[in-house]
Amino acid sequence: MDLSAIVIAVVITALVFDFTNGFHDTANAMATSIATGALQPRVAVIIAAVLNLVGAFLSVAVAKTISSGLVDDTKITPVVIFGGLVGAILWNLLTWLLGLPSSSSHALFGGLIGATWVAAGADAIKFAGVVSKVLLPLVLSPIVAGLVALAATYLAYRITARGEEGTIKQGFKVAQIISASMVALAHGTNDAQKTMGIITLTLITAGSLPENAGPPLWVIATCGIAIALGTAIGGWRIIQTLGKKISDIQSPQGFAAEATSAAVILTSAHLGFALSTTQVCTGSIFGASAGRKLASVQWGVAGRMALAWLFTLPAAAAVGALASWVAATGTLGTVIVAVVGVAIAAGIYAASRRQPVTASNVNDVEAEPVPAGV
Amino acid sequence: MNIAWGSLLIVLVVSLAASVLVVSLVSFALVGLGARAAGLDTRPATMSPGTGTAVAVLCLVAAAAIVLYGLYIIVG
Repeated sequence: MDLSAIVIAVVITALVFDFTNGFHDTANAMATSIATGALQPRVAVIIAAVLNLVGAFLSVAVAKTISSGLVDDTKITPVVIFGGLVGAILWNLLTWLLGLPSSSSHALFGGLIGATWVAAGADAIKFAGVVSKVLLPLVLSPIVAGLVALAATYLAYRITARGEEGTIKQGFKVAQIISASMVALAHGTNDAQKTMGIITLTLITAGSLPENAGPPLWVIATCGIAIALGTAIGGWRIIQTLGKKISDIQSPQGFAAEATSAAVILTSAHLGFALSTTQVCTGSIFGASAGRKLASVQWGVAGRMALAWLFTLPAAAAVGALASWVAATGTLGTVIVAVVGVAIAAGIYAASRRQPVTASNVNDVEAEPVPAGV
Repeated sequence: MNIAWGSLLIVLVVSLAASVLVVSLVSFALVGLGARAAGLDTRPATMSPGTGTAVAVLCLVAAAAIVLYGLYIIVG
């Protein structure tokens, strides 16, 4: 097996992306469980990591459908994939620094679209696919999940209004552990596969694997491990935003939000209308927050997230385009992109250390004051 | 542009049904379990401890069945 420098670069970059995907999305499953104290922060991320790893081995059905429908598959080269991944990773890191949950899939699609644009021109991009696969889910995911979570939360409080308070509080915390685990497992089966698909696709284009080959075991294993490691590190900044900065989440709300996320993710994946995991989970939390009487919801946070979601694809596309343009000049270009990428990542990490958010202070948030007159 | 409104509606209805069902079942189960601790409560008990336990078990079994189906979908 003869692997060129660019193929090795793609494999490594893909695993790095998988890692950022993991810590970016820990919050999806675990934010509310951590916020309500149903799980200790460290325990929560370890459970999520293990379930993501298990999920990676459960199925490889999605692994081949990464780019289809968005860009012309025949125009994809390892350089395009490399540029796309760099764009996706940098956008993931930036949104993590800002504590904003944004879709790792959209970042990846954006990166690939930008890189393809540079390599093969605008004709190679299927804009109708971009609308139906990215734009539409972006608008609809939070609405669907929000409505369902709103109804579920309202019912949870209505039904338990006359029950014994201690039992109910404790009971919902136990239920949260199960609902959060379901979300984490569903996430593992979906997201680890994206990276497996990318690496497999690269190996096929490089001639190292026969056409239509499934991911080899080492690809499945390394992808599972990369996403699990990322999850275990925990994207505490995003966990804090989702768990504490939207509303003061109680255990019935947390359970309703997670049950809704699991239900919406599973039905959308199996009934053919793909919705984005991150946006579903975020929508669920907003819905659950609004479902409790007298709960204050920080809608300003929603505005910031919506902006980040809108910018995810174009921003990742811009970086992806630049990266693939430089990388296309040869091995030296690839090395330059890698070095600059690592330097920017290190800079973002350094910036995060000024106000670190960790397992020990993730729940220490004063709710933002509601502006007077609202 | 062709939006599959039909499948979107199905996703909304099915996930609404599943989520509301699971959350309601767990809520009922917790109300039932609460009847066991009714002695601590000053309000009149809504049901006897025995009935409460029976309701709780029934509801939790039903919720567990839905969760297991969810697992089956994930694995399958």
